[in-house]
Parts: sequence; C-alpha cells; structure tokens
Amino acid sequence: MIETKLRARIRLENGAEFEGWSFGYDKPCDGEVVFSTAMVGYPESLTDPSYSGQILCVTYPLIGNYGVPNEGTDEMGISKNFESEKIWVRGLVISEYSFNYSHWDAVKSLDAWLKEHNIPGIYGIDTRALTQVLRENGSMLGMIVPEGVAKDFPIKDPNAENQISLVSCKKVISYGSSEKKVVLVDCGVKHNILRCFVKRGIEVIRVPWDYDFTDMQYDGLFISNGPGNPEFCGITEEHIKKAMSMEKPIFGICMGNQLLARAGGAKTYKLKYGHRSHNQPVRLSGTNNCYITSQNHGYAVDNNTLGEDWEPLFINMNDGTNEGIKHKSKPFFSVQFHPEASSGPTDTEFLFDEFISKL
Amino acid sequence: MKDPNIKKVLILGSGALKIGQAGEFDYSGSQALKALREEGIETVLINPNIATVQTSEGVADKIYFLPVTPYFVEKVIAKERPQGILLSFGGQTALNCGVSLYEGGVLEKYDVQVLGTPVQAIMDTEDRELFVQKLDEIDVKTIKSHPAKNFAEAKAAAHELGYPLIVRAAYALGGLGSGFCDNDAQLTEVCEKAFSFSPQVLVEKSLKGWKEIEYEVVRDKYDNCITVCNMENFDPLGIHTGESIVVAPSQTLSNKDYYFLRELSIRIVRHIGIIGECNVQYAYNPDAMDYRVIEVNARLSRSSALASKATGYPLAFVAAKLGLGYGLFDLKNSVTKTTPAFFEPALDYIVCKIPRWDLSKFHGVSRKIGSSMKSVGEVMAIGRTFEEAIQKGLRMIGQGAHGFVGNKELKVADVDESLREPTDRRIFVISKAMDAGYSVDEIHKLTKIDKWFLDKLENIVRTYSDMKNYSDIEKMPEELLRQAKQQGFSDFQIQRAVYHDNGSIPANQDKVRRYRKSLGIIPCVKQIDTLAAEFPAATNYLYLTYNGTKNDITYENDNKSVIVLGSGAYRIGSSVEFDWCSVTCIQTMRKQGYRGVLINYNPETVSTDYDMCDRLYFDELTYERVMDICELETPHGVVVSVGGQIPNNLALRLSGSNIPILGTKAENIDKAEDRHKFSSIVDALGVDQPEWSELTTIEDVDKFIAKVGYPVLVRPSYVLSGAAMNVCYDEDKLRHFLSLATEVSKEHPVVISKFMQRCKEIEFDAVADEGEILAYAISEHIEYAGVHSGDATIQFPPQKLYVETVRRIKKIAHKIASALQISGPFNIQFLAKENEIKVIECNLRASRSFPFVSKVLKINFIELAAKVMLGMHPVAPQKSAFDLDYVGVKSSQFSFARLEEADPMLGVDMSSTGEVGCLGDDLNEALLKSVLAVGNSIPKKKILLSTGDALQKADMLMACRLLANHGYDLYATGGTYKYFIENSIPCTKVLWPTECENPNLKGRFRTALEMIQEKEVEMVINIPKNFTEEELSNGYKIRRAAIDFNIPLFTNARLATAFIRSFCSMSQDDIQIKSWDEY
Repeated sequence: MIETKLRARIRLENGAEFEGWSFGYDKPCDGEVVFSTAMVGYPESLTDPSYSGQILCVTYPLIGNYGVPNEGTDEMGISKNFESEKIWVRGLVISEYSFNYSHWDAVKSLDAWLKEHNIPGIYGIDTRALTQVLRENGSMLGMIVPEGVAKDFPIKDPNAENQISLVSCKKVISYGSSEKKVVLVDCGVKHNILRCFVKRGIEVIRVPWDYDFTDMQYDGLFISNGPGNPEFCGITEEHIKKAMSMEKPIFGICMGNQLLARAGGAKTYKLKYGHRSHNQPVRLSGTNNCYITSQNHGYAVDNNTLGEDWEPLFINMNDGTNEGIKHKSKPFFSVQFHPEASSGPTDTEFLFDEFISKL
Repeated sequence: MKDPNIKKVLILGSGALKIGQAGEFDYSGSQALKALREEGIETVLINPNIATVQTSEGVADKIYFLPVTPYFVEKVIAKERPQGILLSFGGQTALNCGVSLYEGGVLEKYDVQVLGTPVQAIMDTEDRELFVQKLDEIDVKTIKSHPAKNFAEAKAAAHELGYPLIVRAAYALGGLGSGFCDNDAQLTEVCEKAFSFSPQVLVEKSLKGWKEIEYEVVRDKYDNCITVCNMENFDPLGIHTGESIVVAPSQTLSNKDYYFLRELSIRIVRHIGIIGECNVQYAYNPDAMDYRVIEVNARLSRSSALASKATGYPLAFVAAKLGLGYGLFDLKNSVTKTTPAFFEPALDYIVCKIPRWDLSKFHGVSRKIGSSMKSVGEVMAIGRTFEEAIQKGLRMIGQGAHGFVGNKELKVADVDESLREPTDRRIFVISKAMDAGYSVDEIHKLTKIDKWFLDKLENIVRTYSDMKNYSDIEKMPEELLRQAKQQGFSDFQIQRAVYHDNGSIPANQDKVRRYRKSLGIIPCVKQIDTLAAEFPAATNYLYLTYNGTKNDITYENDNKSVIVLGSGAYRIGSSVEFDWCSVTCIQTMRKQGYRGVLINYNPETVSTDYDMCDRLYFDELTYERVMDICELETPHGVVVSVGGQIPNNLALRLSGSNIPILGTKAENIDKAEDRHKFSSIVDALGVDQPEWSELTTIEDVDKFIAKVGYPVLVRPSYVLSGAAMNVCYDEDKLRHFLSLATEVSKEHPVVISKFMQRCKEIEFDAVADEGEILAYAISEHIEYAGVHSGDATIQFPPQKLYVETVRRIKKIAHKIASALQISGPFNIQFLAKENEIKVIECNLRASRSFPFVSKVLKINFIELAAKVMLGMHPVAPQKSAFDLDYVGVKSSQFSFARLEEADPMLGVDMSSTGEVGCLGDDLNEALLKSVLAVGNSIPKKKILLSTGDALQKADMLMACRLLANHGYDLYATGGTYKYFIENSIPCTKVLWPTECENPNLKGRFRTALEMIQEKEVEMVINIPKNFTEEELSNGYKIRRAAIDFNIPLFTNARLATAFIRSFCSMSQDDIQIKSWDEY
C-alpha cells in the first residue's frame, strides 16, 4: 500500500503532458514512449528485452491485479516466469494501479517489484488519450517526472544507440544437450524462445549478437527478437549472409525477421507507432490460414524490397505490412510476430516444430 | 466464399421472453437477418414474439407469428421451401426444434441445409454423455460423476479423482444426503449417510470456490479461430452464470492462465466442429493451473450477447455470415471498417454485468440463487475501474440501490449465513458486512469470491466513510471528491455521505454537482472501438467515465441531436416491447434528418446494437447521467415516452433543469402520474373512476372500507417482501397484508381503492398531437379485471364490446387527451361493466401493447408519435381497427417452471416474463395459435378440472359441456364433480390433496396429484375459488404439480373457456400457415 501519494507527470517531446501519481521507483526516467494494447502479461512485457529504451504505456486500464510471480530460474538458468533476468522497460504508464493483488502464483506486488528494479511507474493517466497522441503523432520521446524533480528535454534518443548490444548476452551459453544443435543469435532473446527449443529436446547455443558463429558445429540457426533499429546490426547481417551460403536451416523471430530480410537484400523501415499487442491478425501468404499473434516491434520489413529469391511468408491483415519471409528454395524463414507468445496467444507455436523438422 | 445455392433462408426465433431466454435472441436474430439481407438472400422468420424488433417490417422478408415447434416449422418449410435454415439464433427453443426436425428427417425431406454449426456438433454438446466422450477424445477435462454402489467403489472413485470431493446420493431430491469430503475418514462418514438415502452415490470432484471463466469463440469453415472475449464470474462456481455478476475481460487471470484457457477453447471448438459462434465455460482452480470444462453452448447465448456488447464485436452478424460459407478473413471489422473481422478485440475498459431479479413478485419462491436461473434481466456497466463499473451497474438494475454503499439499510438476520448462502441480495450483504467491520479475508472465507474483487469493494466502503468526515461538500478535499467520482459514486451518494439526506435531496445533489463542476470534475466520453485506440475508429459506441481526461468525441452543438431514453434492464412489466419502441423512435428521428442519440445499458437489446443509432451511450438512465450527456449534446430535445417508466420518471426533473422534453409537456406527464392530480382532472372532466383514497392511519382505512365495501385493492408505499399490491376480500386478509407493510403513516401512506369484480378491462393505446387523437387502438382483455394487464390475454380488435362502450371510451379518451394536451404516445386503461365505464390508469407514454397493436393494425404508432414529437403534425392515418378482417391475440408467457415453489396464480401484480402475439382469421384461430405459442398444447383425451366458485363454475359450464361432447374424459375434484353431475356432464371424481388421507375416500378414487405426476392428464384447469388457507394450499399443490410436470395449466375461467372453445372449434391442422403480409 502506498501511504503518501506523490504526484508525477508524463511529458512528451511534442509538449503533451498528463498528470498522475508516481508508483514503483519514485525517480524520473526517459525513453521512447510506446503503447501496448495487451490486456494481460505485464510481468512478461516488462522483462521483454525488446522494450529496452522504452517507456511502456498500457492501454488496458487495470494493472497489477495478479501481482508478480517469483524470479526463480530453472536448472539451466532460464527464468521460470519472466522473459529475461531483469526489467527492460524504462518506465511504466498505466491508468489504474491495483494496490491489492490476488493470485496463487504471486509473491509480491507490481509496485514492490518495480521498486526493487528501480523502475518508475505512473498511474492515474488517461492511457487511452495518451495512446491517441502516440497513434496520431507516432511514437516519440518522453519522460516520467515525479513532483519536485527538475528534468527537461532534450533527452537522448534510445533509437540512436544500439539497444541490442545492451540486451544481448556477453558470452556463449549452452542449454541442454542433444543431437540437434541450434545456434541462437541473441539480439535480446525472450526466455520463452529458449523454453520452446529446450522442451522440444533441442540443444541451444546462445551467442552474443555480434559473435561469429559461422565456424561452429550446428544443425540450424536461429536469430532472436530484440529491441530498436536493425540497422545497428550490420555485423550480424554479415554473419547471417555467411550462414546462408552454408544452406543450413535458418529461423528468425521479430528482429530476426528484419535481419534475415536485410541479409537477403531487403530494406527495413520504422513504423509510425509499431505493433505492440496480443491481437495482431496475420495470414499465411497464398492460403486461407489466419492466426492471431503477439507482437512487439517498431520496425518492419519492406515487402517491396524482397529479393527475387524471397517471398512474404505472412502478411498483417490489419495494415498489409510484412509479417514474415521465406526463401523460395532454401530452408530459411522468419516471422515478425512472436510464435513463442508469452505474453499473448499461442496459435503459431507450431513454427518451432516446422523449423525443427528441417534440421 | 459464400454458397451460391442458398437463396432463401429460414430463421427460427426464440418465442416469448422467459427466464433463461430473453431479449438477447432478438439481438442475435436481428443481426443474423441483417447479415443475410445484405447478401440478397430472402429471409423467412418464425417467431410469435410480436414485440420484438426482428418481427418488425423490413427486418425479414416474411414473418410468421407462429409457435416455434417442429409441427409449425415443418408447415412453413413445406410452404416456403427455403434452401437453408439457421438454428443457432433463437436460443434453446430454436436449437431443440432444429434438432428434432433433423432427427425426424424433415430437413432431409425438404432438402434444407443447416447453415453454420452442423446438427451433429450441436447434439455432441447437448447430450452430457456424448459431450464428455467427445472431450475425452482430446484429453480435455470435464466434470464427471462416478457412480458407486458400495463404499469400496466410492473409495476407488475418490482415489482416482483426488480430494476434495462431493458425494451425492443418487435419485434424492434437494441434495439430501450429499456432503463434501477432504479425506478417507470424511468419505466414510458421508457415504454412510448417503447410502442410507439411496442405493447409489455419485462421487464428483468438488469444485467449490473455483472460478468460473467463459470464452466466446468464433470459427469459420477454414478452421480459423478467434476468441472474441473472455469473462470472469465475480461469484464463484455454483451460481449459474446468468445469476452471477460477470466482468469482462477476466481480472484475476495472469497471461499464462488466460492463454492456457484460450488455447483449450480453440482446441475444443475445432474438435467439436463449430462453424459460427460458441461459448466455452470453465471451472478454474484458484490455487493452481487446473480446470474443468463445464459446458459448451453451440449457439449464440446470453453470454455471447454480452460479449458482443462488451467488445463491440458483432458476434451474431459474423456468425450468420460464417454460416453462409464466408471465412473470417473475408469479413470486415464493422467498427473500424478497414481492419478484418479476424482479430481479437482489445478492451481498454472493464464491463460489469449484473443480473436483475424480480423475486418479490412471486409468492412462495426462495430468494436463494444457485445452479438454476431466476433472474429476469441484466445490465451492463462500463468503466475504467472496477469500482466505477460495479457502482454504475448496481444503480442500473433499478431496485432502489444508489451504488454499492449509501443504500437503504438492508435487514439481514444472519450476516454469515447470508454471505455463505447466496441470495439475490448478496452483493448488498457484502456491503453491510464490510460496514460492520468484516475483513476481506473473512468475507472471502464465507463467499469464496476472489479477494481482488472484495478489495476493490472495500475501497468503495473506505471512500464513503472518508466522505462522511465532511459536513459541507465545499470542505471536502478536491482529491477525495475526484476519487469518489472515479470510483463511481453518484452525486446522490455523495450528498448522502455529506448531508445524510437532510434538507432537499435534489437540492443537495445539485450542490454537489455545481461544486464538482466548478472544480472541473466532470466525466469524459470514451469510445468502445474494439482495438483500444490502436486504429482510428468512427464508432458511435460510447460510455462516460471519470477515469479519463479527454473526450473521444467532438460535439457539433448544432441542435440536431435527439436523445431517446431507452428502457433499461428487462424486468417483469418492462421488456422487449419498450426496446421495439425505442428502436422505432430512433429510426424515425434519423429518417427525419436528426442525429439519433440513445441512452441505454441493457446488453440484451437491439437498441444497443452498434448500428442502430448515430450515437449510443451505454450508460445510466439517471438524472445525473442524462444531464451529463445533455450538457455534451445540447440536444434539440429528449424523448422520455418510449422507454417505459424509467425515462418517464425523469421527465419533470429534466424539464426543471431546462432540458427540452419532446412531446407532451413534463408537467402534464406529472399530472397523469400523480394520483391526486389525475383524479381531480378526471373528476373535472366528469369521467368516472373507482373510488379510492390515500390513507395514513388504520382508522381512516377502516372508515374508507366501511364506505366502499370489500373487496379492495391495497397499495402500501413500502412493503418488506412480497407483492407491492394486493386485493383483499375480507378484513383478515387486509390486516395480514398491511402487517407486511412496515408502517402506515404520513410518510408511508397506503392507497386503497374499490376493487371492481367481473368487469371487463379495456386498453386504449393512442397517439395524439396537441391534444387531438391521431390514431388509437382499443383492445379487450379476455380475463376479467383483476388479472394484471401485463398478464392478461388481449384481443385486438375487441370482439365482445358493445358499440356503445367503444363510443364512450373514445369520448373519454378525447377529453383526457385534450385536457392534458397530449403530444405523443399514451395509454388509458378502462373498466367496463355493461356500458358503465371507469378510468383506472393513464400513462402519457408508450405502453406495453404498442408493438402488438401497431403490428396488428399495420399502423406504426411509434413512428407516428415520433413525428408528432418533432412537431411535424402528421396526418391521421385513414384506417380503423374495424376495417380488419382478422384478429390479433396477445398471450402471456410465464416462467413458473424456473421459479421453484412459486404459486403459479395470477393476480393484480404482474408475473409474466414475456408475450406472444398471433393473428388469425377469427378469434378462435388467433387465440389457439397464441396459446400454443406460449408452450401449451391441445389436450388429447384427459383433462383435470377444479372450476372455482359457483359463479365461475357457471361461467365454465358451457365450455365443459363442449369438452364432454368432444369426447374428452373429465376428471374433477369434489365440488366441480358434483356440479358436473348435477348438470349431466359425465366425469370422474378425483381427490384433493387434503382428501388423500381420508380413510373413507382413500383408495376409492384416484388423487389429482397422482394423475398429474403420472402425466395421465394433458391439461389442468384449476380456478382458485377463495382465499382460505385450505383452498389455497389444495389448489397450490395441484397448480405447482402441473408446472413441475410440465402440463398446460389454466387458472382463469375466462381464458380456459376461450381456449376450450377454440380447440373444440378447430384442430391444429386447421390452423392456416399465413405470414404477416398475407393478412
């Protein structure tokens, strides 16, 4: 229970301001303000490395209801309940904070968890109105400022720095042991991707984003999700190009889709306000098969720039943007959405089986 | 893509509204019809519910006001020869009818294709055994009963299932011998008891305290699936979802829980093979990720109507399109118009559904709620906090609550027990308990309601008590006032906390309103846009909240908005008929170039559909909220006369706040509403009325009765439980009834009027323009006065009225219309004995019978009234009821079967839940159809009769002779038997329940009850004779047995006579299959 309420504001670079109350860590923060329309899954979202550098505005108004589960990891070091080892979101913006939580699996409140991780939050915000500002103007820089703190623009643009280098692992880590080995290029991998491989009996060799894995022994290559602009990963693209010449199966998710596309010669661009939700419809190109997907990305692959050997694999049914690509003859494919879900719908988890069947 | 061979489609409606099957099917049927017509498909609808929107002109191509039974549906199929049939839009009635047509080979015979979910899939979900088997195939857990014949078997079952368990004695009524057990020792104990009641016990997993969660799933024929919405019951398992407070989306599920159940739902729906929409209900363990599937509804349901309204996703419309063969990817999201229908709505608000019960309308019914449904309606409240949504909702149910707190004190004998054993008032018991210092933990222990909800409720209690620290609103900290509004407190609740109702309540409320507005504490308007603002949406689907700072709408302020106030929660006395009136009114306003704005909060309605009006406020119909909306809309005017009594009651206050009321002036509405004012007007016009008086002491009551004599109609202003009014035939009854009223005093006067016996009751529905009547309809009750007009069977045009009576009625109506300068719809009720006419009531608003008379006469009274209200002075239609060469009969639908132990007897208080209206070439045909359409059937051979007192016996003599002449075997109780024999009507004597133990009679005669229980009779006529305890109890047992064993029951001599005449004059086969337009 928060005894004394501290006023706070969220301010955007276009001058828009919203007043609310501080919770979590009572200190200021800044970053790129983005919104997500997911109705559940705040523990998963907050620990998703793809949110690195961002202040997250949640459109669902009641947050904190089911508290936060424990931070333990399994015997392989994979987080049991979260998507990484820490909170990556720089600040959290919500409408109504639930001071009391209720769930058998919860060990603490969202407020306490944010405090532990020094992450500021603000509640009492008309998150719908804030979302409309972001929708009309595009994602923009902003800050959460508690009362009594002096802080002003300009602030550093997180998109101007390489967020992937911040979130990627620093050394090679292996998970499990198996006949089938997958090299996983960690651009900010969500732990559920690790879980999805491990539970299918795959050995995962997780390597840093800029690590040259091309001399390693593996059966397939996986390129993970990750935050920000793919243009920072020129070196990763080079490694992927090299890997493509070896013709072993390649699978990418989210940032992995963008990097595979770029390695194949396509271009990426920044979406006005990105896709961050649990309800993005995609269609498998050339079929009547549609799936609801979980998404979290600000950049996208330009369908029109795909090389001759490539074709779109999935298309977003809302706005027609690219949701995946595949090589016309080789076992390379990637998706823009999150088949591992967590948080979000699990319709497309079969893609892991698809990939594994090619190994 | 759609099947090009389908050119004509038959849709089955759900018939009369009843408990468990209400207005939601008007919504789903209407949307389905819209979806089909858009495709250029010819539509044929069978639905005898004449008050619905779906049975209005222009919704379906052909409408048959016929019973939705296999017999009649087959006749219509044979006549219309449709290529397709939709079964899932008319509730259980349509589904059952469809299954039986399929099984009977009718669909095959006429080559009719079932569109959407195949019948086999329906049967797999309807049959418990098939259902469990089907889900076993994909390892999905269901709730299973393991029968055991001895303790060893029980123990084996127990170990297989795991504790905790519930053990029930099989074949034992009322839960006798059942109990919970947590271990082997307790199992032994419970089994010993259970086996003493029954040779078999059923061992089941105990799911006590488990959460109840639902998912609405849509699937197309390409196997694409979405879940449109999930919902969480506030009340844990054990209370029917129709009886539970429900929120959407779920509040206490984590991401894992949510998507675990979502994935399961999709798996189930794919395996069953649904095409269209369905609902999956789960029991969900609050302490682990464990579930059981409770059931799957392979059709549109109450929950899907709620989900549709809660998300803005037009489920029924989409389901109909999928039935035609479309894929979800072919269809557009009708809110954004640009994105596809294949998506899952993201909500940025919370909705709260609360049921509305009317249990006090019934004699003898238990207030406990449980696994069967008793509620008659529901409301949906929208907010951005749970506190806001539930407080709004508790006001919306319209039973005197002002929210969760600040209500009239509830008297509860035992708080613990009332928490443990839920009744319709449990939410208020929680409020009381919190007020009395119960902790959230204690309440959770007793109720098993998730603490998250209870914590939120406690926030409300805390804020209320904080506000009580201030005795002047201007001294209250701004932050507290804002917080109160954000938690859904009304200005009324705030004035009650601060001023304790001292002084004028409206003045206090105004003070609160003025002050908070001066601080800028005003609600803002938000859209329900299906995508949480991710995409721009031109939606008109709105609600107001204090948890926001910006309006989604910019207002034109062009004086072109007309606000129509809707009817609120369906309840006994006000249901779908007022939705028809609201929809018709708003459509007329739009056609005339006005912006149609509607306020209503009933998710079961067509009026709250996304495309019915230019702007829909899914919000409260209180003075406060209507004022908020009026201040935003600055309307041309507000219509208060088409939504029943709720809007009507707001007229005076809105008008006092300078809101333009369209139509009849508010002061004149008040003159008709206020008993004293109306009485003096009637006197001044020289019109007769039954003698009445408003009395404040028992002495005055006695004096008045001495003057007018018994029987009298007594209406106390406040009654603790039981009916709000009653007819008293003698002093004992009067004393008893008044003792139920808390007091008779100046503040709580009692109104007593002379009760007129053996009178005809006549309805006068009309539209006037500045006091001149433009159109009218006189209809006649079949029953004598004393049966509430909402329960009566009504014939229109009148069949048995003297010309002189009609002439006098018209004259009086003209006088009243002119005196009150009526502009708009109105209704007057008359009593007629010979040609002596008395006025009993007058309402300057649309009445319950408006859709019925409009559709029979084929003059739309509401359209006419709407034009009057716009000042267009429409020309009076040149058509009179006397020109009709057919008859309409409206019959009432009762839901006694759902209300255990209620006495199925009619009285001055209304107890029907719905109605049908059928047409026929003559009275007999129309009446026969109509009576069959409310679930009765023509008896084959045997009829049980107790025909009441001497007068009633005489009334029924001819009809009974007719029965005998037609070869019916009559079984009669004592007095009736004697009377029949005296009048040479052959019959067999049967015993009253009280005679069964009489050694002189026992064994010599059959008893009435056993004839019913063994279903040996096909019709029961039981006319209550007098109101002595013995008579009531004897009659009650017979009436109740007839209901419980599903045998048609008639308790009114006049209606029974009319029905007998009609089925003796023609057989079912003589009924003509004619659509509305063929009359």
